[in-house]
Amino acid sequence: MEPIIHIENIHKRFGKVHALRGVSLQVQKGEVVVIVGPSGSGKSTLLRCINRLEEYNSGKITVDGIPLDNAQNINAVRQEIGMVFQSFNLFSHMTVIENLVLAQRIIRKRSRDEAHKIALDLLKKVGIPEKINAYPMQISGGQQQRVAIARALAMNPRIMLFDEPTSALDPEMIKEVLDVMMALAKEGMTMVVVSHEMGFARAAANRIIFMDEGQIIEEAPPDQLFSNPKHERTKRFLSKVLEH
Amino acid sequence: MLSRRKSVAPEANQTELRSIPGAETYSRLDPWWWLVVLVAGLIAILCIFQPDPYWRIVLFVRDGIRITVIITVVSFILMLFVGMLGGLGRISKNKALNLITTLYVELVRGVPLLVQLIWWYFAAPVVIQQIGTWTGIPFLENYRPNALVLAIFGFVFCYGAYMSEIFRAGIQSIPKGQMEAARSLGMSYFQAMRHVVLPQAVRVILPPVGNEFISLLKDSSLVSAVALADLTRRGREFMSANFNPIETWTMIALIYLVMTLFSARIVNYIERRTKFER
Repeated sequence: MEPIIHIENIHKRFGKVHALRGVSLQVQKGEVVVIVGPSGSGKSTLLRCINRLEEYNSGKITVDGIPLDNAQNINAVRQEIGMVFQSFNLFSHMTVIENLVLAQRIIRKRSRDEAHKIALDLLKKVGIPEKINAYPMQISGGQQQRVAIARALAMNPRIMLFDEPTSALDPEMIKEVLDVMMALAKEGMTMVVVSHEMGFARAAANRIIFMDEGQIIEEAPPDQLFSNPKHERTKRFLSKVLEH
Repeated sequence: MLSRRKSVAPEANQTELRSIPGAETYSRLDPWWWLVVLVAGLIAILCIFQPDPYWRIVLFVRDGIRITVIITVVSFILMLFVGMLGGLGRISKNKALNLITTLYVELVRGVPLLVQLIWWYFAAPVVIQQIGTWTGIPFLENYRPNALVLAIFGFVFCYGAYMSEIFRAGIQSIPKGQMEAARSLGMSYFQAMRHVVLPQAVRVILPPVGNEFISLLKDSSLVSAVALADLTRRGREFMSANFNPIETWTMIALIYLVMTLFSARIVNYIERRTKFER
């Protein structure tokens, strides 16, 4: 089967820093891929290359058969990819419902009523139907992140990217966000997740990618990677993150 | 108030959730309004108890006030557009656009406003006519300077540069994540600017933009140097006809003062109503 995301030999440099050194990765439709690795290993950069928030110096990315090579294609691809950020990035001058409606209206050209209905259904799904007229800073971090997920879902994406979605959250709010992501994974959404949540990775991922120094060191299903890592670097990393 | 469209969802508890942080302050009247009232009252008292010369001065400079207000308001509206375009140009990744706007800002800020106004009034028409002669366009060749239009143009050109810097700073103060989130939903750069970044930037730049309005109101007195009968010019005319500098210039100062204080209150009011926290 043709992979929905096809990444081929991507190189990315930030000035002198060689952030990605020839990364290739394929993601199948319906697959949940979790990328783990130490900070500075290029995980987030790789994720941001997939919807071209980050430009890369060489290599090729194709999403759903569309190569990311010109502005028109990039906008087309972005409409198919939902992105969830570490810092939520809800539009802070808009209420929760307005956050969900805006892009539906101007990109998907939906009527106000239709966009509202979709937004309300999604807010129900992520568990915050009662906060629709609140402003982002009036709700908790966990709630903001769930709204951000709903905002991305309102565009009916075929792929969801999560960039450390729980790293900025208080511990007691992490679960409510992971629950939503878990439900999404069960529905068969194609997901690429950068996360330090090993519990989530173990439970939801079809495949774990371990990255270090801009390269993919190892990839395997979670059971295999966690219990029997092949690479020395992976072992060292896992021994540090799993043992407490 | 910026338009807050009614959202649906009758089941939501609207009274509790629609309150905007910062809203608690804007029902209370700004205490500094009393200063506006005081100055206005002072003008009224002078006019009532000393109609000669104070009421005569007011009557004499009335059309000057009109010119001052027209110049200020029209220039201000136009310079908002120039400032927005200039600000977008200053942050543009397009090298040519960036160079042009940066050059514009740097050059304009280096020349005194009075010199600029004089240049637009005395030099620009000659340049326009000369261009008309060279290109053979009769419309330009027969150009006759209109003091009001050239003055407004001069103000917009000069203040537009300062305004560009304010817009640039305002746009750059909005976290990058806002733009990224909008772009990743599929919006184009300009859609994201228009719907997400600029509405937030406008709230940030309201205080400095309001200050620019008040500066402009005061700087408009410079047009008295280029044959426009504004408030200052009319004051000078009244003084030379009646030889009473103290009364004339006190009155002129009070009229400017009541206009600037009033504007400051309006700016403050708008600011408080659009305040929000991030």
